[in-house]
Amino acid sequence: MERRALFGGKVLPYSLLLPQFAIVVVFFYVPAVQAVWQSMLMQDAFGISTEFVWFENYTILAANPEYYRTMGTTAVFSVLVAFLSLSSGLLLAVMADKQIKGATIYKTMLIWPYAVAPAVAGVLWLFMFQPSLGMLAKALRSWGIDWNPLLNGNHAMILVVLAATWKQISYNFLFFLAGLAAIPKSVIEAAAIDGARPMRRFWTIVFPLLSPTAFFLLTVNIVYVFFDTFGIIDSVTSGGPAGNTTTMVYKVYADGKLGSDLGGSAAQSVVLMAIVIALTAVQFKFVERRVQY
Amino acid sequence: MILRRNLLGATAAAALIASAAPAFAQVEIQWWHAMTGANNDVVNRLADEFNASQRDYKVVASYKGSYPDTMNAGIAAFRAGNAPHIMQVFEVGTATMMAARGAIKPVADLMKEAGERFDPASYLPAVAGYYSTARGEMLSFPFNSSSTVMWYNKDAFKAAGLNPDAPPKTWPEVFEAAKKLKATATPNCGFSTAWVTWVNIEQFSVWHNIPIGTKSNGIDGFDTEFRINSPTHVRHFANLAELAKDKTYVYGGRTNTGEGTFTSGECPIMITSSGFYGNVKANAKFDWANAQMPYYPDVAGAPQNSTLGGASLWVMGGKNANEYKGVAKFFAFLSDTDRQARLHTESGYLPITTAAYEKVKASGFYNTNPYLETPLKSLTNKPPTENSKGLRFGNLVQIRDIWSEEIEAALQGTKTPQQAMDAAVSRGNASLRQFERTVTR
Amino acid sequence: MVERETLLGRVVPHVVLLVGVCIVAFPVYLALLASTYDAATVQNGQMSLLPGSQMLENYERIIFSGARATTREPVGTMLLNSFLMALIIALGKIAISLISAYAIVFFRFPFRMAAFWLIFVTLMLPVEVRIYPTYKIVADLGLLDTYTGLTLPLIASATATLLFRQFFMTVPEELVEASKIDGAGPVRFFKDTLLPLSITTMAALFVIQFIYGWNQYLWPLLITTRDNMQTIVIGIKKMIVTQDALTEWQLAMATAVLALLPPVLVVVLMQKLFVKGLVETEK
Repeated sequence: MERRALFGGKVLPYSLLLPQFAIVVVFFYVPAVQAVWQSMLMQDAFGISTEFVWFENYTILAANPEYYRTMGTTAVFSVLVAFLSLSSGLLLAVMADKQIKGATIYKTMLIWPYAVAPAVAGVLWLFMFQPSLGMLAKALRSWGIDWNPLLNGNHAMILVVLAATWKQISYNFLFFLAGLAAIPKSVIEAAAIDGARPMRRFWTIVFPLLSPTAFFLLTVNIVYVFFDTFGIIDSVTSGGPAGNTTTMVYKVYADGKLGSDLGGSAAQSVVLMAIVIALTAVQFKFVERRVQY
Repeated sequence: MILRRNLLGATAAAALIASAAPAFAQVEIQWWHAMTGANNDVVNRLADEFNASQRDYKVVASYKGSYPDTMNAGIAAFRAGNAPHIMQVFEVGTATMMAARGAIKPVADLMKEAGERFDPASYLPAVAGYYSTARGEMLSFPFNSSSTVMWYNKDAFKAAGLNPDAPPKTWPEVFEAAKKLKATATPNCGFSTAWVTWVNIEQFSVWHNIPIGTKSNGIDGFDTEFRINSPTHVRHFANLAELAKDKTYVYGGRTNTGEGTFTSGECPIMITSSGFYGNVKANAKFDWANAQMPYYPDVAGAPQNSTLGGASLWVMGGKNANEYKGVAKFFAFLSDTDRQARLHTESGYLPITTAAYEKVKASGFYNTNPYLETPLKSLTNKPPTENSKGLRFGNLVQIRDIWSEEIEAALQGTKTPQQAMDAAVSRGNASLRQFERTVTR
Repeated sequence: MVERETLLGRVVPHVVLLVGVCIVAFPVYLALLASTYDAATVQNGQMSLLPGSQMLENYERIIFSGARATTREPVGTMLLNSFLMALIIALGKIAISLISAYAIVFFRFPFRMAAFWLIFVTLMLPVEVRIYPTYKIVADLGLLDTYTGLTLPLIASATATLLFRQFFMTVPEELVEASKIDGAGPVRFFKDTLLPLSITTMAALFVIQFIYGWNQYLWPLLITTRDNMQTIVIGIKKMIVTQDALTEWQLAMATAVLALLPPVLVVVLMQKLFVKGLVETEK
């Protein structure tokens, strides 16, 4: 991995890093440190009265059964969304990479929904499945399915998983497509001459070569399911029913809403950050070592 | 590179424009609000009219998202030292605002200091009570108010053999009518409610003159505790859970998104805000009407009076005297009876002063628009008691979510109504204690 | 392909892709549909799968008179604001990520990996989590209601640095050796060799970051108080999240369709370059 031919010097690399660092420090690290500080305070909404409580917010959190439930929900939600959006993105990319008629049109048709804003995506899904005005909700019910995400926790979960997956398919498709295009066709053809079946060929030759892409996408998707799905959950289910679709990031938002429990909410974001950083570090250590560049 | 430079130029120019002060010394008053649709027009027109009426002050109205978004933005802005002068806060945020003594300027003080006429007694008692301290000091300026009513589909009533001009008055009558409607006219739904906690806990308790919490529903102090696991409450949710099994009762969700089932004709009875009026009028393709909320006839004193939904205008602290003078002038401008009367008839929100109500009544407006008077009749049904003056619970936004979760658990059948309401009380109390701890230090 | 294709082998990709396209496009198609109906039909959930008859009226209203003036600013201003914001964010991100990735990949200096990690970790800290402290900082800097305040905090991103790093690592070492032999220093290598090679990667990133910028919601909502700074995504939400007022779904959806056009155009028009850029990153 290490490059041999590198430039030396100290001033130039540091000054190249400076703009990025200035922004990162001012707008990422300072706020992050403030979040840690906030997690040790109990404060009213307007910040008029403040009490330093050390780790009390964390102990309250640790004693809260709802929080563990939220962790479970997040795990289910993340695994489902990451798996579904990565596998369907990969499937579509593999199909679109074949030499078939109309491949370009398919590609365009699959790529452009990437441009839909998450805030709008949530609204679109709500619009389809809302029990009273949703077209698909009506269709489901006319087929005898008692579709009721307002009360049925499984229905609500299915709904947010589908919406979150939908939003991410185009992105994953794109990157897999690029990854596939970068694999020299000669490698695959050589394998085909050796008589390897298409499925076997895919898993033994193509997939390993895709692993850098898969690694990048796994990281991006984990961040996506942990954080960016907030807007979708907020507009589709608001974490309901009975907390069945409340993920950790949604709870951070819900508890901090209107400044009601800023300390508790900050403690949760610290926990959340720690989890995601740990997850990514693990990936980086173990996955990147095994992926082939 | 050229592109980059131009961009920087554009940025700099934009920054300049944003910071450039007008040539004459006009004091700008920031007004953050959450009004959309036709009500957004109303807000903008009010600002424009006020700005045209004088030259010293300029009210700038900005939409800041939904009610919670607006309040969030205001809180963040205050903490960053950049609060607007006027912020529209929904009724559930009242306790949070009131507790923040240093962050807000009580309207009563503001008007007195600026020498503007202001008489809390001119407001409808249910309105003034909601936004005043226990000592009767009015803290915020009532703006848009609504209350709960029962909307029903007259065509469906006829089809089910019910008298469309005699809607059910009590809950047992509603249940009977709903069963009949579901059996004959509307197979998917008997009745539904929107804003589940507002209708089934808050308004329900007030209308039955039973406490939501101790200390006059929190008005007399932060050390209040919930009482919503009373036999009357539990009985109501047991009824709803029972009726939900065969869709006689259809759960309409935590907000107003379920209201569409009424206008589409799917649900023949919808208990929700009087603010639903404009939507019904525009979209319901059938004969409809509204009536007062139902009650349980065996509860002593029911029906009492209903309470408010909607929002009021809060004046934020830390501004200079001249700015406050402008805010006071603007409020005086808003209080004008003709303007209040017009606001009511144009927006569908309730009139908030007695004079405006009387004036609209005298004009014969309610003869042609009887549905706008129903919520007013509920609101003024009886003089408010300590259980029906209003409610003031800290963290009510979160607590409503907790309550909704527990109600949903009861309706799903994962908890009994008693277990759900007990949990609603204990989890709600925990949140109240947390609020009490942060504000009373 | 070497072996002969079976009939099944030829049909399957088409079926899978068609199903994929239907699923992916359906919600947007529905938005398009909704924008062709009248309010009551949409509100009551009585739309069919074929377009209605109100298309011209709806689009005329949002473009010329506003959704019963819910959006006081004409759609044009909102589109311009979104466009400027997206453009500044995209160009800014590319500029700073390009040079920082260059430093990390091509230089050996103390704390190189630490520097990479410091940037990489910020991937885990989306705007939503740090929004209030960030807001306070922007307010303290006096940048509320400015394009600078709107864009600067969003310009730092690990994604772009990560992708440039991936790409730079594929650049053959021989190139560095060769330019060193030619007597070129790091600056000339960057300008003459690396930059031309990076054009397609930059194009790909431009698309990604333009869309990221265009789709921002929470941050512009908090940071802007003036109507003339409003972006189109906020305009849409403003039409949908209503208090008591009637949601004019058909107009909201028509605005959503209009709001989609510019980023979709960017994606479609730059598709070739975009995919090519990503391919190079992946090599």
